[in-house]
Amino acid sequence: MDLLRFATAGSVDDGKSTLIGRLLLDSKAIFEDQLEAVESTSQSRGYDYTDLALLTDGLRSEREQGITIDVAYRYFATPKRKFIIADTPGHVQYTRNMVTGASTADLGLVLVDARQGLTEQSRRHAVLLSLLRVPHLVLAVNKMDLVDYDQATFDKIHEEFTSFATKLSIPDLEIIPISAKLGDNVVKRSENMPWYDGQSLMHHLENVHVASDRDLVDTRFPVQYVVRPKSDEFHDYRGYAGQVAGGVLKPGDEVVVLPSGLTSKIAGIDLFDHEITEAYPPMSVTVRLEDDVDVSRGDMIARVNNAPKPSQDIDAMICWMTNEPLRPRQKLAIKHTTRTGRAMVKDIQYRLDVNTLHRDQDTKELALNEIGRVQLRTTVPLLCDPYSKNRTTGSFILIDEATGVTVGAGMINSGS
Amino acid sequence: MTSNTHADYRLSQLDQLEAESIHIFREVAAEFEKPVLMFSGGKDSIVMLRLAEKAFYPAKIPFPVLQVDTGLDFDEVLETRDNWVNRLGLRMIVASVEEAIEKGIVVDDGKTSRNRLQIGTLLNTIEEEGFTAAFGGGRRDEEKARAKERVYSHRDDFGQWDPKNQRPELWSLYNGRIHGGEHMRIFPLSNWTELDIWDYIHREEIEIPSIYFAHEREVVRRDGMLLSVSDAVVPKESEQTETLTVRFRTVGDKSQTGCVESTAKTTAEIIDEIAIAKVTERGATRGDDRFSEAAMEDRKKEGYF
Repeated sequence: MDLLRFATAGSVDDGKSTLIGRLLLDSKAIFEDQLEAVESTSQSRGYDYTDLALLTDGLRSEREQGITIDVAYRYFATPKRKFIIADTPGHVQYTRNMVTGASTADLGLVLVDARQGLTEQSRRHAVLLSLLRVPHLVLAVNKMDLVDYDQATFDKIHEEFTSFATKLSIPDLEIIPISAKLGDNVVKRSENMPWYDGQSLMHHLENVHVASDRDLVDTRFPVQYVVRPKSDEFHDYRGYAGQVAGGVLKPGDEVVVLPSGLTSKIAGIDLFDHEITEAYPPMSVTVRLEDDVDVSRGDMIARVNNAPKPSQDIDAMICWMTNEPLRPRQKLAIKHTTRTGRAMVKDIQYRLDVNTLHRDQDTKELALNEIGRVQLRTTVPLLCDPYSKNRTTGSFILIDEATGVTVGAGMINSGS
Repeated sequence: MTSNTHADYRLSQLDQLEAESIHIFREVAAEFEKPVLMFSGGKDSIVMLRLAEKAFYPAKIPFPVLQVDTGLDFDEVLETRDNWVNRLGLRMIVASVEEAIEKGIVVDDGKTSRNRLQIGTLLNTIEEEGFTAAFGGGRRDEEKARAKERVYSHRDDFGQWDPKNQRPELWSLYNGRIHGGEHMRIFPLSNWTELDIWDYIHREEIEIPSIYFAHEREVVRRDGMLLSVSDAVVPKESEQTETLTVRFRTVGDKSQTGCVESTAKTTAEIIDEIAIAKVTERGATRGDDRFSEAAMEDRKKEGYF
């Protein structure tokens, strides 16, 4: 059994929470006591139906206000796959939550209300998922029951979205007509829409191929921790522990350690108490080298002829996540893979309007939830790749040094 | 031993979860001055310890374990706890609720459950020992309030969690910055479900306390729960005791933790049972979560795991 992480975006009105409730209910991930709690709450509010949305609204303030204000993680499994849902709020003032949820997703699920068609919000969601390089996107056209399962309504939305998507980077797009409330095309193919010859949403989620989304060519191994037991049994053991970020590592590979540039060969790869012949993303392993070279946390092991260039001038898209705006000359802490340093904002090139894709070049700052293209200068060289090539070595976070709070998320275009 | 190398470069869900948790352990060990692992001897904390063992092997786990002794722990749990600590050669700190009551750090008014008294005891020990990061076995699938908890969950200098003011957590880039007096709760099992935990215990043949498996026990029915008769649970005159074949799904303190009727004697049988279970493990057996829909959220804000 493998794992699929997907992010959902949408507001209460789109029926997103109802859809998640439906997926959990139909895959039997909801237990009787949870269902009973939701049923009694629905009753006490005077609803004449069970509000499945209540299953996913976790914090008390959200339950009271009836909105989702933070990323909530949900779990369910079918015999084929385990699923992790990052359930994110839809409104523009929660863009940062959506960026957070999308950062780890293999698939993004955007909901639209069939009666409304594409809205500014659904376009924004697609833009954000594309910016975060979520490789698979599903547009679920919901509430088909309220438009009498009309094919023409669906076709119009289909056409409009497909044409919009050509402006974005979406390697795999699937558009499915559903009714979350009644279950049409959620788990089973609906008999109400014989004109639709595609698969149900669940069938797609179970079968979408995600293993090949990872970079298996460019070897990237950020060193996290140096393992030195200094025990009698393992007196000379020295291993470099980390999670493979790209490529396939094998014993015997000629490697280079960055930023020092020293070369060596992989002597062995350990996974707990046994040696393995290959390590690939996202495995957490310990690598031993043949030579006694100086390697520490923050270094990266790559291949001699395929290594990132250490860069201190970084060009990146940044999503700003705090009230106080990002301004030129600002200094922040930066964390990239296992490396930490400081960064100064050299320039804000433009602010991206995530609704229209318009680039506002006159901007002087980035406010909360805004995304823009920014030039940074870092105190330590980053061993980075473009985010479009590798989501691990291409991403970073910015931290306010006074408060310690994460204030920005960065996706690298290039480094030099 | 399972093979983790696959021709098509795919990892099973358990291998992915394991890799993610090991990554978290190593990040914390590298970035925090003084971590500690909360070790109750329950199944989740044992899985945590197993993952920590793997993360640093062949070196020893580079931090101690901390147990909050409620004075009402099951003997079988304490026995397994000691086996693990001895095998791995770890330093164990025991924070005793009894002692905290004697010293006046927490107040036992006779109405507050031991689980709640743990909060003050725990926070006091973290402060006294100066721990900057504490690993907990909490999972997001356990309860609604936990679904939004970060892997790195920031606690202020009163040890409190502010659910509305959590740091964004992106990719696998964890932000471990804290100020003096603050600490971070770390949840390496965030993305595991109850079934994942059991699948892993089964696969790795992990030693867990015997009370997780079906056995005969004298129990009494109280508030819809089956409580084990002991010095902590004395049957009232109106109550009848019965001897049933039961097992525990969670192991908290004896006065609060109920068992369920079950004949599952092996991990494989438990997995079959869970796969068709109809009630969450907390809903079935934890008295302390039953008072209100927001019970967990309230205790979490105070500093409970």
